[in-house]
Amino acid sequence: MEGETSSDIVGLTVTDKKNENSSVKIKVLFFARARDLTGLTDTPLEVPSGSTAGECLSKLMAAFPGLQEISSCVVVALNEEYTNESAIVKDKDELAIIPPISGG
Amino acid sequence: MVDDEKTLVEILDEHTPIDISKYINYVSAPQAGAIATFSGTTRDTFEGKQVVELRYEAYVPMAIKCMKSICSSARSSWNLHSVAVVHRLGPVLVGETSVFIAASSVHRVDALEACKFVIDEVKASVPIWKKEVYSDGEVWKENSEFSERRLDFGKDDDDGRSGVKEVEKVHRHERKSCCGAKVKVKDESAAEIIPSNGVGERN
Repeated sequence: MEGETSSDIVGLTVTDKKNENSSVKIKVLFFARARDLTGLTDTPLEVPSGSTAGECLSKLMAAFPGLQEISSCVVVALNEEYTNESAIVKDKDELAIIPPISGG
Repeated sequence: MVDDEKTLVEILDEHTPIDISKYINYVSAPQAGAIATFSGTTRDTFEGKQVVELRYEAYVPMAIKCMKSICSSARSSWNLHSVAVVHRLGPVLVGETSVFIAASSVHRVDALEACKFVIDEVKASVPIWKKEVYSDGEVWKENSEFSERRLDFGKDDDDGRSGVKEVEKVHRHERKSCCGAKVKVKDESAAEIIPSNGVGERN
């Protein structure tokens, strides 16, 4: 309907029920080299509902071109567990960009 | 199953040195005849460059989950009494300990092998990073163990623990005796059979 607020999710209203499946908002965490390259420890990301972790990664690479330097060697974790890029992200998920680790 | 089996996993805040006696005491028990430990310490050189310090950071909640999962995996493969794994964050100077592992068991082979397994797994899968600081620069390090393992991340095993090495399927049938024939799976995926000598403990 005309006059309604656009894509930003500002709060649930009755009309939002029709739109609740159109996009999801996740939190992205950057560690180590990824943080150096983006200048951020974390960022929110809104993606179409049904998006995969891989698609989120692509969006991040586009938003932060510096990340492409490590694109071939990062892994991702979804809600504190390693995942592959075909995993579907849900609303309020936490996606971590994990450059090659070096603990121990 | 021993009632007082214990597992301790800790990540220490910056500027908190590891008190190794605390963890050795933690795993000690009258029933455990063996305590095996591993200490990872900051070396003074890397490829000829003088190292000033290592600086560690972690995805803490996930790192703790991973470390607990590794201990769980160790328990399913070896007969352990207690296990403790602790990792520091922040700067760790040359000579200081950044990671410490202690394992106890009735017979030594379990504690010794589990200790090795745990540090190998920490280096392959726990989301902790270190920056090597030289007098003229700094660089994020990368564990080769991670590069070898990264293709496995995201593939769930039966227990849903993705990325942790699958040793339990190999070792499960060996739990009753530490002196029987063992099949040891190396990183290179070659299986090596260690025959029992039939008398007492092997190692």
